[in-house]
Amino acid sequence: MENFANILLLLVILLNFFILGSARLGACIRSVALQGAMLSLVPVLLHHGSPHSLILGGAALLLKGFFMPWLLFRAIRQVQIRREIEPMIGYVPTLLLGTLATAGAFIFSDQLPLIEAHKGSLAIPCGLATLAAGFLMLITRRKALTQALGYLIFENGIYIFGVLLSEALPLMVEAGVLLDLLAAIFVIGIVMNQINREFASLNVQNLSSLRE
Amino acid sequence: MILRLLLHLLLLFMLAPLLAGIIGKTKATFAGRTGVPFFQLYWDLGKLFKKGVVISRTTSWIFRTGPVIGLAVPLLAALFLPFGPVGAVFSFNGDLIFFVYLFALARFFTATAALDTGSSFEGMGAVREVTFSCLVEPTLFFILIVLVRLSGSLTLSGMFGPTLVASWHSAGASLIIILVCLLVVTLVENCRIPFDDPNTHLELTMIHEVMVLDHSGPDLGLILYGAAMKLLIFGAMLVRLILPFSLGNFWLDLMLFIVGLCGLAGLIGVIESIMARLQLLRIPQLLIGTSLLSFFSVILLLR
Repeated sequence: MENFANILLLLVILLNFFILGSARLGACIRSVALQGAMLSLVPVLLHHGSPHSLILGGAALLLKGFFMPWLLFRAIRQVQIRREIEPMIGYVPTLLLGTLATAGAFIFSDQLPLIEAHKGSLAIPCGLATLAAGFLMLITRRKALTQALGYLIFENGIYIFGVLLSEALPLMVEAGVLLDLLAAIFVIGIVMNQINREFASLNVQNLSSLRE
Repeated sequence: MILRLLLHLLLLFMLAPLLAGIIGKTKATFAGRTGVPFFQLYWDLGKLFKKGVVISRTTSWIFRTGPVIGLAVPLLAALFLPFGPVGAVFSFNGDLIFFVYLFALARFFTATAALDTGSSFEGMGAVREVTFSCLVEPTLFFILIVLVRLSGSLTLSGMFGPTLVASWHSAGASLIIILVCLLVVTLVENCRIPFDDPNTHLELTMIHEVMVLDHSGPDLGLILYGAAMKLLIFGAMLVRLILPFSLGNFWLDLMLFIVGLCGLAGLIGVIESIMARLQLLRIPQLLIGTSLLSFFSVILLLR
C-alpha cells in the first residue's frame, strides 16, 4: 500500500513538470484533474481505508477529479481560448525553476525533524514540490485560467500535507478547505468572464492598466 | 574472449539491418500497406556495395572518412556493451565516457563531411544534428550516473550487469524514469520520428538525412549500415534495462535478448506510426524537459 502511494506521489511530481512545460490549456486542465484524482486515493492507501479517509478521498475525487475540471472546461469553451500566451518567464526556464525547487524540496525535507513514521516518506518532499509548482504557475502565467490552475496545484500540495495529518486534522477542516477551493474556482470563473467581456482577452495584465 | 568478440560482431552485422526492416514493416502495417520485406535493407546494402562512387571535386579526404568512421564507431562501441548474456569484450573503469564520446566522434566526422561538400544545405543539417545531440548529452549522462550509482561500477559491463535485478527492487522509480529518458535518447540519436524523420525527402524538415545527401554507393552503404548498428546498440541498452534477469541458460538468454530487440524495433515502429514529427522549435524544449526528468531521477536516488 505504501509503495503504491509512493508511486502515485511520484506521478504527481511528474505531472507537475508536465503542467509547467505545457502550453495547451486542455492538457493542463486534464493533468491537474488527474493529479487531484490520484491524490484523493493517497489517504485511502496510507490509512488503509478508514471511514474518515474514505469520506475525505471520495469528496476530493468528486470535486477535484470531476467537478472542477468540468467547470474549467466550460469556462474555456465560453471564452474560447486554447493556448496560454507566452508566459512572463518562458516554459523552459519555468521547468528549470520547477526542477530546482523539487530538488530543493527533497534536500530540505531530509533535514526536517520529522516524526519516525514520516521519515523517508515521499509525501513531504512531494507536497513541498507541488506547492512550489503551484507558486510558479501563479507567478509566471498571464491568463486568469492558468492562474486558477496554479491555485489548484497549490491546493493539491497542501492536501498532501493534510493527508499526513489526517488522523489529527478534523474532517470539518478538510471539508472547509475543499469548500473554499470550490468557492475560489467559482469566483475565478466569474472573474474570467468579466475580464473577457471587458478586454476581449484573458490577460490579467490588462487589469493593472485600469484608469478612472 | 574471442568467442565473445565473434558473437558481438555476428549479432551486430547480422541483426542490425533486420531491426530497420521490422520498423518499416510495422509502419507499413499501421498504414495498411504490405511494405518492403523484412530483409530489404540487406539487399539494399548489397546493392550499394556493388555500385561505384561519385565524389564531388570540391571535397577532400574528410568526405571519405565520414562514412568509414560512421561504421567503425558503432563496431567499436558495441564491444564495450554486454549484449544480453554475451558479456562485454573490453571493459575498463570509466569506459562509459569513452562510449558516449565515441558517438560524438562519429557525429563530428559526419558533420564535417557534410560541411566539406560546401553545400549550405548540408551545413544546415549539420547544425541541427549537432544542436540536438548537444541537448541530449546531459540526459545520457544523467542516465549513466543513475546506473553507476546503482551498480557501484564505473564500467558499462558492470552497470548493465546482474546487479540490475536488485536495483529494480530497490530503486524501481528512478529506473522507470531513466528508461523513458533512454527511449527518448534512442529516438533522437537514431533520428527516429518525433524528432527527425529518416524517410523524409522534404528538404526543410531533414536533419540527419540531409548530411548524407552527397554520399553514394559504398559510402552510403557504410552510413546506412552504421546507422542500423547504432540503433542496435542503443536498443541493446534499453533491452538490458527492461529484461535484466537471466533465465539460466545461455541460449535462452540470447533468444530473449534478440526477441527483446525485435520487440523494441516494433515499439519504435508503433511510435513512428502514431506520432507526428515535432515542430523543430519544440524539440529543444522537449529535450531540456527530458534532461530535467533524468536529473530528477538522480535526485530521487540520492536522497
